[in-house]
Amino acid sequence: MKNVAVIGFGQTKFGELWDRSLRDLAAEAGMLALKDSGLEPEKIDAFYIGNMAAGRFAGQEHISALAADHMGLNPIPATRTEAACASGATAFRQAVLAVASGRHDVVMASGVEKMTDLKTSEVTTALMGAADQEWEAGIGLTFPGLYALMARAHMAKYGTTLEQISTVSVINHRHGAKNKKAQYPYEITLEQAMKSQLVADPLRLLDCSPITDGAASVIVASEEIAKKLNPVWVLSVQQASDTVALHDRKSLTELAAAKIAAKKAYEEAGLPATKMDVTEVHDCFSINEILSVEALGYCPDGKGGKFVQDGKVAVGGERPVNTTGGLKAGGHPVGATGIRQIGDIYLQLKGKSCNQVKGASAGLALNVGGSGATANLAILGRELRRK
Amino acid sequence: MPHRTAVAPEWRLKEGRYNLVGSKCACGSLYFPARMYCPACKKETTPHKFSGKGEIVTYTVIRSAPAGFEEYAPYAVAIIKLQEGPMISGQIVNSPEEVKVGKRVTPIFRKLTEDGEAGIIHYGIKFELEE
Repeated sequence: MKNVAVIGFGQTKFGELWDRSLRDLAAEAGMLALKDSGLEPEKIDAFYIGNMAAGRFAGQEHISALAADHMGLNPIPATRTEAACASGATAFRQAVLAVASGRHDVVMASGVEKMTDLKTSEVTTALMGAADQEWEAGIGLTFPGLYALMARAHMAKYGTTLEQISTVSVINHRHGAKNKKAQYPYEITLEQAMKSQLVADPLRLLDCSPITDGAASVIVASEEIAKKLNPVWVLSVQQASDTVALHDRKSLTELAAAKIAAKKAYEEAGLPATKMDVTEVHDCFSINEILSVEALGYCPDGKGGKFVQDGKVAVGGERPVNTTGGLKAGGHPVGATGIRQIGDIYLQLKGKSCNQVKGASAGLALNVGGSGATANLAILGRELRRK
Repeated sequence: MPHRTAVAPEWRLKEGRYNLVGSKCACGSLYFPARMYCPACKKETTPHKFSGKGEIVTYTVIRSAPAGFEEYAPYAVAIIKLQEGPMISGQIVNSPEEVKVGKRVTPIFRKLTEDGEAGIIHYGIKFELEE
C-alpha cells in the first residue's frame, strides 16, 4: 500500500442553518478544502461523501453526484458512504484506500447532513434508522435511550457517577467556546448540565449532542503530490463492526468494535496510545466519551469517568480530547462529523487549531456509528512512518 | 411520520413479536430475536419459543419520544436478560419509578404504536414487573 497524506480541510459553520441547503453546504466545505490544499479542482480524481439520511432529512438521495456537480467536479466518480454517524470516517477510509491502492492520486472525502428541516420527533425517528428497526426502534427506543442504557449499565458495574458523566459536556463546552465554527461556542457549568431537562434517564439535555446542519471536507493525496505541500500523514485507518442491536452485544459497558480498531491502528501506525497528543472521540452522548477513552486504552475499563473528572481530557491535561468542542458543543451533523474530526486533528498537527495543543505531532480520531456497531479510527502524524 | 406503514413487514414479524419465537442452533446456541444463521457456527437455525421471563440488566425512561410514541412518554425501556440466556429490549408497563436493575419481569401482550387513525396498529410484547 502506498503512503497517503491529508493536504487540505474545509468546514462550514455547524448549526441551525435555515438559509443553507444540503447541496450548498456540501459544495462550500469541498471548495474550502480545495482552497486549503492549494490544488486546482481538475486535480481531484475521485469523490467520496459520507451521509447518513439525506433521504429522510431532505428527501434527497444520490447526493454523491449532486454534490460533485455543485463543485464542478463532474465527471469524476462520486460515491456516497453510509454507516450511520460513522458515515464521514467511512468516506475518509475509502478515500485513503483509493489513493493507497494506487488507483487515484488525489481524492476528496466529504461529509454532510442537513437535519433541521424536520421537527425533533421526526429527526429522532430518522436517527433510529441507525439502530435495529424491528427490535429497538419498533418498541419506542431512541438514541439518547440507547446510550442511557449503556450509561446506567456502566454506573451499575463500575460506580461511574452522574457528575463524571456531566463533566464530559462541561469540558467539551469549555473547548468549544474557542471555536467559531461550533454550534454552541460557549461554556456551561456543571450545575447547568446536571439540572438540565431529562431526555432519557439518566441522560439530560446537556448530555446530548444537538441536531445540526453542516458539512466538512478533506483532500487526501499520494506521497508524490503531498510531499511538496506540508502534509499530515495518514498512519492508519481501521474499521470494525459489531451487532447493530445493543441487546445482542456480549457487554453493554464497552465499545468492542472501537477496541479492536484501536489495537490494529496502534500496531499499523507503530505508535502506542501514550503517543496520541490530541484525540477526537464521538461524544454524541456524554457517556460515549467515557466509553471511548476506555476503548482507546487511555485508562483501564471502568476508570473513564474518573479520567474525565480528573481533567485528563482537557487541553493542558495528560491526553487532550475534543479540543474544539466535540459533538456536544461543536454540533453533530451526523454524516459530516467523522470528516470534521479528521480535519480538527489535521489542524492540530499543522499548529493551526483554534485551541492549539503545543507541539502536537500525532493524533487519533474515533468516529462511532449507531450505539457502537461501526467504529472507524484514524491515526495521523507529522512524521511519515517508513516500514 | 410513521416509520412503517405496510402490512407485510408486520406480518413477517408476527412469530417473534406475538409469540416470542426466536432461533436455536444445532450447536446449542439460542437467539432472540430470530436469526436465520448462527453467527457462531454459520449453520441454519430452527425456531425456538422463549418464555419471555427474565431480569432487568439496565433501563432508561424515554421522555423525548420518537414519532408515534409521544402520547406514551414518559415510559421505561429496559434490556432484559431472558432466563434462556439472550437479551432483548422491551418497554416496561409499570410506572417508571418502580423499575430497578435486577428486578424480574414477565411478558405481556400490548399495543406498541399505531400508524395514525386509519393505519396499522402495531402489537407486540412488553414486560411487567413480577411481584
